[in-house]
Order: sequence, then C-alpha cells, then structure tokens
Amino acid sequence: MKVTSKIYTAIIFIFLFAPIAILLVFSFNEAKSLSVFSGFSLKWYRELLRDEATLQSVRNTLLLAVSAMAISTVMGTAASVGIMKLRSKWLRATLNVATDIPMTNPDIITGISLMLMFVFVGRLLGLANSLSFWTMLIAHVTFCLPYVILQVLPRLRQMDPSLPEAAMDLGCTPMRAFFKVTIPEIMPGILTGAIMAFTMSLDDFVISYFTSGAGFQTLPIRIYNMTKKTVTPKMYALATIIFFVILALLLISNLTDKKEEKQKQ
Amino acid sequence: MKKTITLLLALALALSLAACGGSGSGNSGTSANSGKSLTLNVYNWGEYISDGSEDSYDTIKEFEAWYQETYGQAVRVNYDTYASNEDMYSKLSSGAVSYDVVIPSDYMIARMREEGMLLPLNFDNIPNYSNIDESFKGLFYDPDDQYSVPYAYGIVGVIWNANEVDASDAEGWELLWNEKYAGRIVQFNNSRDAFGTAMYKLGIDVNSSDTADWDRAFEELKAQRPLVYSYVMDEIYNMMESGEAAIGAYYAGDYFTMLDAQAPSVDLQFYYPDNTNYYIDAMCIPKGCQNQELAEIFINFMLSRDAAVANAEYTWYASPNKIVYTDEEYIEEMGEEAMEILYPPMEDFAASYNELAYRNLSAELLDYINTLWEGVKIN
Repeated sequence: MKVTSKIYTAIIFIFLFAPIAILLVFSFNEAKSLSVFSGFSLKWYRELLRDEATLQSVRNTLLLAVSAMAISTVMGTAASVGIMKLRSKWLRATLNVATDIPMTNPDIITGISLMLMFVFVGRLLGLANSLSFWTMLIAHVTFCLPYVILQVLPRLRQMDPSLPEAAMDLGCTPMRAFFKVTIPEIMPGILTGAIMAFTMSLDDFVISYFTSGAGFQTLPIRIYNMTKKTVTPKMYALATIIFFVILALLLISNLTDKKEEKQKQ
Repeated sequence: MKKTITLLLALALALSLAACGGSGSGNSGTSANSGKSLTLNVYNWGEYISDGSEDSYDTIKEFEAWYQETYGQAVRVNYDTYASNEDMYSKLSSGAVSYDVVIPSDYMIARMREEGMLLPLNFDNIPNYSNIDESFKGLFYDPDDQYSVPYAYGIVGVIWNANEVDASDAEGWELLWNEKYAGRIVQFNNSRDAFGTAMYKLGIDVNSSDTADWDRAFEELKAQRPLVYSYVMDEIYNMMESGEAAIGAYYAGDYFTMLDAQAPSVDLQFYYPDNTNYYIDAMCIPKGCQNQELAEIFINFMLSRDAAVANAEYTWYASPNKIVYTDEEYIEEMGEEAMEILYPPMEDFAASYNELAYRNLSAELLDYINTLWEGVKIN
C-alpha cells in the first residue's frame, strides 16, 4: 500500500512539473529546436532583454494587473461593508447572487459583452478608438471584483459587530472606528482578495483579447499572436523567469511565516 | 502577515519591472498623443517584421528615427499583432479600434475592399511603389491597384525528410497519398488548405462553386485519412524538425524556418507540385485611419531598400520588391538554394496566381465545405 501511494504521488508530481522542467531546459538551448539540445547558452535571455515589444507587453500586463488589483480591492471592500449593512435579508441575498454572476459566467461571454458595450458607448461618444487601456482596466476590475467580495464578506461576517460599536462608545467617530477596528480585523481577507485579483488579471487571456485596443497588448495576447510562426525560445526564457520569481515569492512568504510561528510559540 | 509580505513583494517587483523597463520608449503604452508627437497604429501578423532580435534590423525603431530626422517631428508607432486574417477582420469590423496600416492576405483584402473597409491610397506619397514587380499589379484582389501594396508572397510546396522518403517518390501531390508512408504524413488542419491539396492533385478549380467538385475532393481526403499521422497547423514546425512526421505541405518560407531548427537525424527537402497555392499579403489603409499621409509614408518606408531586405531576411518569405531580390547582399545571405526555391522561375506569375490562389467563397459553400471537412476528420 505504501509503495502504490508513493508511486501515485510521484506520478502526480511528474505531471505537474515535467512541462515546466522541459520549458526550463530548452530556454537554455543554443539552437531554436525543441527536439535537440545542442548546448547550454544564455542566448535566448539576451534576445528577450533586447525584444522591446515583448518587454513592453510585460510592462502592460503588470501595469494592468496592479491597477486592476488596487481598484477592485478598494471597491470590493467597500461593497462588502455595504452588503453587510443591508437590513433586508432578501436584498442582501440578491446582491450576493448578482456579484457572483460575473464569476460563474464563461470568460468568452464576459469578454464579448464587455466589448459590445464599449463599442456601443464609443459610438455614442463618436470615438475612433473605443477600446484602450481604460476599457481593459474596466474589464479587469469587473471580473476581479467578485473575487475580492468573496474573500472579504466572510471575514466581515466572522467579526464581532460589537467591536466597532465599542470603539464608537469610547469616543471614536464612525470613520475612525472603521479604519482602526474593522479594517485591521478583516485585513487577511482583503489581502487574499488583492492577491487573487492580481493573479486573475495577470492570467487573463480571453477577456483581454476582446477588450484590447490599439497600442496596448498584454503578454498572453502577444504570445497567442506568435502562433502563425512558431513561438520563439525567447518565450521559454520569459516563462522561466516568471516561474522563478513566483517561486522566490512563495519561498520568502513561507519562510517568514515559519519564523512568525516560532516567535508566537 | 505572510500575505502582507507576499503582496508587498509582488507589488515592489511589478513596479520596479515597470519602472526599469520604461526607459526604452518612455510611454507606458497608452495610445495618448503626448505633446506634438504623432502616433501611427500598425496592425500586422505576429513575427512578420524584422524586430531587432538576433542583431537584425529593428524596423519600427528605424522608422521612428528616420521620420524624426527627415520631418523634424517625433512619431510613435504602436505595433500590434494578430494571429489570423479572421482575427484582424473581426477586430476592425467591430468598429472598436482603428488602425492606420494593416497587412492582410489577398482574399481578405478582396473582402474588405468589397465591404468598403479600405481607403484608396495616394501613390504620390508612395514613390517606392515603382519598386514592386509588374507581376504583382492588377491581381484579382485589387484589380485597379488602388488599395494595396504587396508586402510578401508565398507558395505552398511539399516538405519531406530525405532520410526516410525515397527521392524517386518525391513528386507531385501524390506523395501525400503514397501508402508506403502511411502514418508519416501530416495534412493541414483547416478545411480550405486541406481541400486545396486534394483539388490541386485532381486538377479541380479550388474556387469552384459546384458542390460536386468538392464532393470529389472529399472522397480523396477520406482515402488519405488512414495515411495521415495528424492534422496540424503551426505544430508542423516541431513535427517536421524533430522527425516525428516525414511528409507535409507548407509554405516555402516556413520550410527554411524548419530547416534552421532541424534535428541532426533529419534531412528536410522541398519541392513544388505542378499546381499549388499562392498567397500575397499586402499593406492597406483601413477606414478610420487617423493620419493617412503618415500611414502612406510608413508604407513607402517599408518598400525602401534596408527595411524591405531586412524584413524579407527575417520572415524568409519571398518579396515582390525588385530591389530586394536583385540585392547582392540579400542573395548572398539567402544562399543559392533558398533563392531558387523562394523565387521559382515563372512564365506568367499573374496568370497562375489569378487561377490558383484562394478566393472568397459564398457563406453557404463554406458551410457545405466545413460539413464535409468534419466528415473527413471524424471517420
């Protein structure tokens, strides 16, 4: 039994990591080929750093992800507080469902409907380019928002409502009580929501594809458009870098986590 | 706390990356007209322009610098890419975006022209148009040469691995139907190109409106089905390079891309069957263009010697530009074999092109073909 479980685990890990390993190895390949490893070289990393168009698309992706995260976190937290304050149970349930719909909607429908709306409004305003960075940002905030609410709302529910009341009893203004008591109390939810919004935005292809305008293409769109010819090994190099950055982030956060646990003990 | 740190790190990383990389263009990518600098929006196929990689010529940067020098005004080129004619068409026809220069293929140009999506060009601003070979003028997609300037062209041929396939078999479209090589053949994974191979083989007009012709091609493809290893599009690069498949039809320019990356155990060769597909991609100005004169100046720049040669070398596709294929440096860079394949001697290019290139088909016929195509792939 023990052996089978070990084999099972090994297989799972192979399927999870073999593709990444292959990508990693071939990013150091000297030749263009995916079939032959002809020698170790940093050539594709140099090419990547010189490819201004790809770097621009990476910057676009990051700019979009950070902006979408910031806006959707603030809006989502405010929305959750608002939903909690609702007296009517029926209204609260309706709002909950309404915010869940964009999350369960297939991306392609969200993408097309947003595009249609932007084009419609653009025509009304007489714009030549109705799609731009701003429409993409609106689209990203739209699909990130439900994830933030999903994280923050349960935290608010868990919080003892008498805490901010006590603060106000002791002389805090409602505003001050909110920032001094409520916010610290629900902080973990806000942070998880923000991280989710960031990753969702970074990852998105379908919605971005439909709402991108002239002069602002994100990395996933750029890679997709390379498929007429082959995707160059530069992209393996880029993917390897992204993988290691994320790995480093995970390691650092896990290490600090361990330290904290020890301190608590 | 753990999450705070993760988040802060992610943020710091994102911002530092965004900041340090920003020096190149100084603009975060929004298409705002800052100050007096002009903006030109170009929409082209992915990997279809010399972009400065591997020490090549950086077309967009060179254009920006040249424009500044010549006209004393800064211009910023927003260069976007698409993966297929249909992607480009749906983006433009939705009216959501406007581009100043697009580079679609012939049949798509015909469609856009018929739908009034293109603007007639002012050739006074494109003096280099005289460099275009006469064979590329007056073709079906733009009979009066009003809307388009050819950029590149290609011809479909058969690619085969000489280490596996007998040279005596390497002839005509029959090689793709040769039972000796069952399971070693790859076929196009789109209906138009796959039916094309069968119709050229049978000598049928590929633009036929008679469904009986398409039924015959269907029978031919069904007969080929057991021999086919896989139906592919861009996967063909890896399959041919690694020797996973031995026979396939693709564009001449792409053959050289494969040759560049073939495994040591593979020896790729190429030939043209008698009847085959031709395509031309040409530069056009779509309706909604914000600065037509600037767009025309860009098109003219693309036809100038350095840019045209660099692009032809980068993409490996044939150029309709006289100063490219007569350029000594270009001929030397390509090599004799490549020149022979890319520019086959042709008595009358325009006539064969007009006869053999794909045209727009009616929507009903396309539906009919797609139904047949599903039948091929399912059985």
